[in-house]
Amino acid sequence: MLPNNPIHSLLSGDYPRSRVLGALLFVVLICLAFAPFLFPGSQPLNVAAKICVFIILVASYDLLLGYTGIVSFAHTMFYGIGGYGVAIAMYNFSPSWTALGVGVIVALVLAILLALLIGLFSLRVRAIFFAMITLAVASAFAILASQLNEITGGEDGRSYRIPEMLRPAFRLFDEPVMGVMINGRILTYYLIFFSALLLFLLALRVVNSPFGRVLQAIRENDFRAEALGYRVVVYRSIANCLSAGMATLAGVLMALWLRYTGPDTTLSFAIMIDILLMVVIGGMGTLYGAVLGAAIFILAQNYLQVLMGQFSGMLESAGIPLLPGLFHADRWLLWLGILFVLSVYFFPVGIVGKLRQMRK
Amino acid sequence: MSATPTLETRDLTIRFGGHVAVNAVSCAFQPGTLTAIVGPNGAGKTTYFNLISGQLKSTSGQVLLHGEDVTGLTASSRTKRGMGRAFQLTNLFPNLTVMENVRLAVQSRAGAGLQLLQLWSHRRDLIEKADSLLEQVRLLDKRNATAGALPHGDQRKLEVALLLALEPDVFMFDEPTAGMSVDEVPTILDLIQAIKARGDKTVLLVEHKMDVVRSLADRIIVLHNGQLVADGEPAAVIASPVVQQAYLGLPPEGSAAA
Repeated sequence: MLPNNPIHSLLSGDYPRSRVLGALLFVVLICLAFAPFLFPGSQPLNVAAKICVFIILVASYDLLLGYTGIVSFAHTMFYGIGGYGVAIAMYNFSPSWTALGVGVIVALVLAILLALLIGLFSLRVRAIFFAMITLAVASAFAILASQLNEITGGEDGRSYRIPEMLRPAFRLFDEPVMGVMINGRILTYYLIFFSALLLFLLALRVVNSPFGRVLQAIRENDFRAEALGYRVVVYRSIANCLSAGMATLAGVLMALWLRYTGPDTTLSFAIMIDILLMVVIGGMGTLYGAVLGAAIFILAQNYLQVLMGQFSGMLESAGIPLLPGLFHADRWLLWLGILFVLSVYFFPVGIVGKLRQMRK
Repeated sequence: MSATPTLETRDLTIRFGGHVAVNAVSCAFQPGTLTAIVGPNGAGKTTYFNLISGQLKSTSGQVLLHGEDVTGLTASSRTKRGMGRAFQLTNLFPNLTVMENVRLAVQSRAGAGLQLLQLWSHRRDLIEKADSLLEQVRLLDKRNATAGALPHGDQRKLEVALLLALEPDVFMFDEPTAGMSVDEVPTILDLIQAIKARGDKTVLLVEHKMDVVRSLADRIIVLHNGQLVADGEPAAVIASPVVQQAYLGLPPEGSAAA
């Protein structure tokens, strides 16, 4: 395609480079863009919003892991900082746009400063040291958040009201549009969707900039990158700060959607593991991997249980022994685990990597 | 020796435990000259290079670049000040393409590494520069191959292209032709000759092949057990008894082979 057309600029010249991948990404985009109209109901919209947020969270993690070759365990901490930024602003001050803006900015500044600090202390030395430091800082932050009852609400977290326009009771039009009432919930969804889209395209631009190529060079051979005149610690620190900022914004979006922030929804180590799984399933070192990884994982998380329940019921009514128990809805985690093992076994380079290989 | 030397080492020393790998080497390198550094394996030639370009920190002594003390600076800052190094063991970005390898070096020279929002593909200037360098080392037809998949000789050429891309004042070649097939060697030697012919660059060359050294070098320094044992005109140095003994391992009389 010509280098100057708008699609080239939007995608930063980074095409899916596989017809199947392109089609899959297009389906995800359309489904997310028209989610309120295609899949009415609160549960599907909930899943769609979660996918949008996790695409950003996973993409920002891939910026570190896949592009720069840094392993961090503090990603949920930054996600949590975004969440608590909104929670504290909304709960302790007022559910207004101004408070929201201040909360977001304070959270961003705090996250970036913290990322810079961790980076300057530990990114000069070996990568494993950085991983350990992030683990320690993230654990400390999680304990802090659950202990500072007065500010964070402790283990219970905080439920809060958000600006009026984003509340379910708000109506943008009196009449439904295409059979759907445009309420505050849908406006919130679109705020999340467009923020996620914008952040994703921005990340795509960064990884395809001269800076992004240096990150890849550092991942490949940091010693040589330094010898070429790139100060590796500076580049790693910037990548770390960018990634932290993006994770913070993902946390902000999630906090707006849930209207609740607590340790379990933001800081828990289980989310960190989910992020890792999504990066690996989708494919490291390609941001499109984040889209597919997040979409597949969250769909499985939400619908595998239901599908298995139905399947188990079918088997039972057909009178087959043993199998209904194996596919009982309560066994869904077992099957999710098996799916994960299979996907790593068959697609060690992730789904995106596999699709691109197939084209060759 | 007239003006300020481009590069100078003063009593440069590094100790690894009890072993002194480079021992108080003082030497100045003038612009427009090509100095060959020779010595048996383990003499400290590559370690000396590592100290000059900043991959290793010296135990004592100084490195001066353009008369300025750079001993405390990182490898990347020395590169920015005009030091350029090609490595003995090929040291590339194996999963990036040949083009991207060179472009990273070109981009470093252009100081464009911190551009976050510009598209790399819009920097036509960098791409054209990289292409012309690939042309010079005869790798243009392989520009889209993955660097790690190249045959050894081509990887050596790419290594040289990365060094050329930096346009340094000091070129340090560490056995640039090692492991190359006979018909590939002249390309690299011609390039080194061309750099020398420009007259304003300082070239340091670690090389084992004596015919190469003889044809290119203005001066030879000999390292042995980390010490500078001989320094001077090629013919004189090669003929000197100390070199015959240290480098070729021959008794001073038996100087037939070189």
